[in-house]
Amino acid sequence: MNAADRAHDARRRRQLVTPEGVPLDIVLATRGARLMALVLDYTIIFFSMILVFVVLLVTGVNLNAIEDNGVGEFLFVLFIVLMFLLFNGYFIAFEMGPRGATLGKRMAGIRVAARPQGQSGERLTAEAIIARNLLRQIEIFLPLTFFQSIGAGGSAWIAGSLWFAVFMLFPFFNKDALRAGDVIAGTWVVEAPRRKLAEALSLGQAQATSAEPAYRFGDEELSVYGEYELQSLERVLRDGDDKTLEAVHEAIVRKIGWQAGSGDEREFLEAFYTALRARLEGGMRFGQRKADKFSEVDRSGTRLR
Amino acid sequence: MKAPTIRNPFAAKPLPEQPDIEAAALRSDRFRIEREGDWRRLEQIVRRLERGAFGRLSDEDIADLPVLYRQAASSLAVARETSLDAATLRFLEDLVQRAWYQVYGPRSGMFRWLARFLRGGWSRAVRAIWLDIVIAFAAMAAGIAAGWLLVARNVDWYYALVPGAMASGRVPGASRAELAQTLAIESSSNGLSGFAAYLFYNNATVCILVFALGFAFGVPTVLMLIYNMAMLGAMAWLFNSVGLLPEFMAWLCVHGTTEFTAILLSGAAGVHVGRNMAFPGDSSILGATAQAGRRAALVMLGCVIMLVFAAVLEAFPRQLAGFEARLIIGIFMGLVWLSVFVLVGRKSADGDAA
Repeated sequence: MNAADRAHDARRRRQLVTPEGVPLDIVLATRGARLMALVLDYTIIFFSMILVFVVLLVTGVNLNAIEDNGVGEFLFVLFIVLMFLLFNGYFIAFEMGPRGATLGKRMAGIRVAARPQGQSGERLTAEAIIARNLLRQIEIFLPLTFFQSIGAGGSAWIAGSLWFAVFMLFPFFNKDALRAGDVIAGTWVVEAPRRKLAEALSLGQAQATSAEPAYRFGDEELSVYGEYELQSLERVLRDGDDKTLEAVHEAIVRKIGWQAGSGDEREFLEAFYTALRARLEGGMRFGQRKADKFSEVDRSGTRLR
Repeated sequence: MKAPTIRNPFAAKPLPEQPDIEAAALRSDRFRIEREGDWRRLEQIVRRLERGAFGRLSDEDIADLPVLYRQAASSLAVARETSLDAATLRFLEDLVQRAWYQVYGPRSGMFRWLARFLRGGWSRAVRAIWLDIVIAFAAMAAGIAAGWLLVARNVDWYYALVPGAMASGRVPGASRAELAQTLAIESSSNGLSGFAAYLFYNNATVCILVFALGFAFGVPTVLMLIYNMAMLGAMAWLFNSVGLLPEFMAWLCVHGTTEFTAILLSGAAGVHVGRNMAFPGDSSILGATAQAGRRAALVMLGCVIMLVFAAVLEAFPRQLAGFEARLIIGIFMGLVWLSVFVLVGRKSADGDAA
């Protein structure tokens, strides 16, 4: 991850405070992910419509000549109600579910959440979901009716496109990437968290427990690095790429002034990781933190970002 | 040899074995090992809730969910200050967030919510936007008057206000008999339920549109109300000119008391949103808009339900019943809606903020 990416990420980060007083970091969904979700959702709706038509065709029902008998009429009523539910109920029903996301949003890894009005997080309510989805009527369907009235001439196309563009570009003109429906309903779209718990790195190795550890690091050697380097090392160890391990091993050894051996990189790095973490965490308990190798130890004990 | 067993592929995976706490050299790892079991259990409960598999949760799980959630939240707060294990921290952040969405998610199921909505939530929302209902009503009345007066002054206005498809024979210059024919009783009910479904679809879409246009500070909503009602005013003038106004009113009244009330309410909902965007008062614009939007959404859901009634009434009694029956049904429905808005949900008005 380069610096530009991280700056961009920080811009999408928001904080809310749970009723328990724990601040939670939430990340706004990217506009690209939301567009993808929208396209996926309409693809699903479109194909379900086609499916209905195909089923009707296969069963030999002709929609144009249907109002002759009772059964046909019933099917016609069913068809219209189904269309209404498909276009208006699909988004509402799915977003009211426990995942707060339509099928498309689920695939894009995002969900709807209530926008906090102030500091603390809010419940996502049914009325908010209804409100945000009713607005789709003017965001998407109204311009489509402009396009339908093509007989009126080119001006209908221009008006429709302009209208469409205004609402599609709406998320680009506010910092929370809200669309018109989000404004009305007090919601926003965020990334849905779903990380699994990884194994602890500093466990299950001989180094930590055996009476005779293979490597011993002194204060001098450990004090060169800070938390940023520790976390980079953790990432390298988790990725487990041999080339990178070697390079990192060499860099650390050079930095702390040891003789570089070889063949034992992983063990060395794990031992170094554990020792460095022990030292930095020990400092934390006394309110002393060191952000990275360039910074002095910060004794104020404030949380690092 | 072991007997082959059939494993349920959907069965929950057993929790991974916990490492020995003695093996941990770091305090933060001991902290993690001590609590890991609870975290994983919380994750499993949350995963099932997300899937909507309430049935597979034991009573014990449900009872423990808030406790486990609070534990995880406090673990997160502690870990942020004592642990530098980025993977654990990130997992905890995500876990607490997921659990938060579930614990503080939608409170009740769809049906319970709907029941509460019908038993008072809707009526209270309608009463809360009374001022906007007055505004929307004024716009509609102005529309009718404008339509009537414009056509009375110059008949050509009729063609501008009433599109050809809507007119279907109801045009200036048509004889009294021809106009009476358009109000006549149909002989059979064939095709009428299909007609009702079509009417519902059309009216519901128009109502949602009227509401959604409130987003532009309510101005297009008011314009649309005026335009639509001008059409009605023009038609009323036409029937009056041949002395059929009472019959026309009765014909309209059957479904009109329901349909026009729904249009009135969706217009009011749109105006409500627009008005709160323009004049947010003490709260921020976004805050006021969100609050107004949620209240208006409740009103709108009620409108869609009303339009189902309206469509059925429009298709059947209007076509099948006579003059008196039409009037009685229409007035009765009007009274029903009025009493729903005025009387329902008064008691718990302060207790439950629906």
